[in-house]
Amino acid sequence: MLADKDRIFTNVYGFQPWNLEAARKRGDWDDTKAILAKGQDAIIDEIKASGLRGRGGAGFPTGMKWSFMPKEAPKDNKGNPRPSFLVINADESEPGSCKDREIMRHDPHKLIEGALVAGFAMRARAAYIYIRGEYIREAETLFAAVQEAYDAGLLGKNAAGSGYDFDVFVHRGAGAYICGEETAMIESLEGKKGQPRLKPPFPAGAGLYGCPTTVNNVESIAVAPTIMRRGAAWFSGFGRENNKGTKLFQISGHVEKPCVVEDAMGITFRELIETHCGGIRGGWDNLLAVIPGGSSVPLVPAEQIMDCPMDFDGLKGVGSGLGTAAVIVMDKSTDIVRAISRIASFYKHESCGQCTPCREGTGWMWRVMERLREGEADKSEIDMLFEVTKQVEGHTICALGDAAAWPIQGLIRHFRPELERRIDARAGAFQEAAE
Amino acid sequence: MLSSGVCSLMAERAPAPDSPELRERWGNFAWTPENAEQAKKVVARYPEGRQKSAVMPLLDLAQRQVGAETDTQGWLPLPVMEYIAGYLDMPIIRVLEVATFYTMYNLAPVGKFHVQVCGTTPCMLRGSDDILDACYKRGMKQGHTTEDGLWTLTEVECMGNCATAPMVQINDDNYEDLTPERLDKVLDALAAGEIPKAGTQEPGRHTSEPSGGPTTLKDMVAENHDYRGEW
Repeated sequence: MLADKDRIFTNVYGFQPWNLEAARKRGDWDDTKAILAKGQDAIIDEIKASGLRGRGGAGFPTGMKWSFMPKEAPKDNKGNPRPSFLVINADESEPGSCKDREIMRHDPHKLIEGALVAGFAMRARAAYIYIRGEYIREAETLFAAVQEAYDAGLLGKNAAGSGYDFDVFVHRGAGAYICGEETAMIESLEGKKGQPRLKPPFPAGAGLYGCPTTVNNVESIAVAPTIMRRGAAWFSGFGRENNKGTKLFQISGHVEKPCVVEDAMGITFRELIETHCGGIRGGWDNLLAVIPGGSSVPLVPAEQIMDCPMDFDGLKGVGSGLGTAAVIVMDKSTDIVRAISRIASFYKHESCGQCTPCREGTGWMWRVMERLREGEADKSEIDMLFEVTKQVEGHTICALGDAAAWPIQGLIRHFRPELERRIDARAGAFQEAAE
Repeated sequence: MLSSGVCSLMAERAPAPDSPELRERWGNFAWTPENAEQAKKVVARYPEGRQKSAVMPLLDLAQRQVGAETDTQGWLPLPVMEYIAGYLDMPIIRVLEVATFYTMYNLAPVGKFHVQVCGTTPCMLRGSDDILDACYKRGMKQGHTTEDGLWTLTEVECMGNCATAPMVQINDDNYEDLTPERLDKVLDALAAGEIPKAGTQEPGRHTSEPSGGPTTLKDMVAENHDYRGEW
């Protein structure tokens, strides 16, 4: 198990105050000026060397993402330099995910300091933290923490005495999962419906207000100052090759003690559950399946997940993904078809309506799933459903279509006998009634 | 369905119909002095000429002002949206698009308490069916406001409280680790005009640590421990 001294989010449970004074005593904002004094390229190199991969789901190398931002400000058509922006994705809405919430309400200064470090490294003029609308109290904390940082001279002109001017603004969403997609988030920040943009142009070229923009997850940004203080070698000392560092895991569902906990990447599922969650409800024999990375990744059956390393490659190896490390555990009491159908309903609800395959497909898939729940279908419809998921996947502007398709594909791949059993059972019941 | 204004699908969301009564009641909507100050601050967060970016926070502010005036969670009558459009110098249709796209804007009146039960899979696995049933038992119905004007019930999608599921958000606060009995206590307290403790309702649990006490960072429970000495 990771030692407490190596945990980044030491106040993750909020036993201690979130405010600046308390955060400083824990080591936040400690000579941030010295970090910035290393220079933009040195910071980016350090983050690259740490092996940090984006914590929002896709796992893109964070340092590399920052390096895509222009070093010389591009000019607008009047010849004036255009500013660059850092947008921090705090629109945590992926079912199962509840880690950024803990950072923002209990350790907000790690995020705000990270915003300055990352924003400086990518030569951004300001950061916008886009927090989901439902995080009302969390946003209140964040607004207050940002104000504290301004009052202490850590943000604004000559931020933290670095000679660099940097602003941090908080922007609240209003209830749309799709705004977690980076270009939808940018649209939303511009005061529009959150409908994803076609790429290219990529945000690093033309993002918020047409200016170079990088969108990063809360956790990716909040770990940056600690990595800078302790060094890339420290961070990359945890986890396996290509899967480095520590990570906030969020375990929900049928474990004895659901929780949010920071541990090393690559911890096995079994160790994660035994160490922090008091085991599976009803024992390991009672485990049915796990959705290991938030609702959009395919489920993994019990026997395949038990000793799987919980990291990007480990979970890819069992046909799923780490996503946000939102681990949804399901024991044998679960109506697995309903569990996935409910996720299908979620995507139907959250489809922004822009692309036809997703707008129509999510509803269609959910309706078939609801019939499959009761076995009210023909067995050939299982293949038809699979085929439709393939027609949605990869045929939409953003990944919501994929996210809607994968859970259903996972269900069919691993639980086809259960789907067929329900169809047979219903047909049998009709037969009996007819006789 | 549409009359409730809290229906579940983006595509089905439509504003309350325009009417002389609506104009009569809300046609003179304007910021209160405090909100006028706040609105200025909000607009200042965005670059000059990009004031349109403030449409979301201002719709929220307006909904809250309507809520304060009607002793409910608030909603967005069409004349109020027009006021925002005028304030930000943008076409009304752009405001309407935003208001109808994002589910937290209520498009029709709601009750004093908007009971939003999370029903997505992580909460479902932890018993959100029972939480919804407990609401039904008290006479609530999805998409409707009770006769006494106290409760509007909506099943919502994942609220990001999965490690303390099941949960309900009522106006600005979350109540987590619910059972039907614990929910009843919260609702009774609200109905009696009290302010129940927000967050987890599990005795002895602080926030999202494992129930019974954290497995990590135990030093932090009693003191604001600085781990740097151990680096």
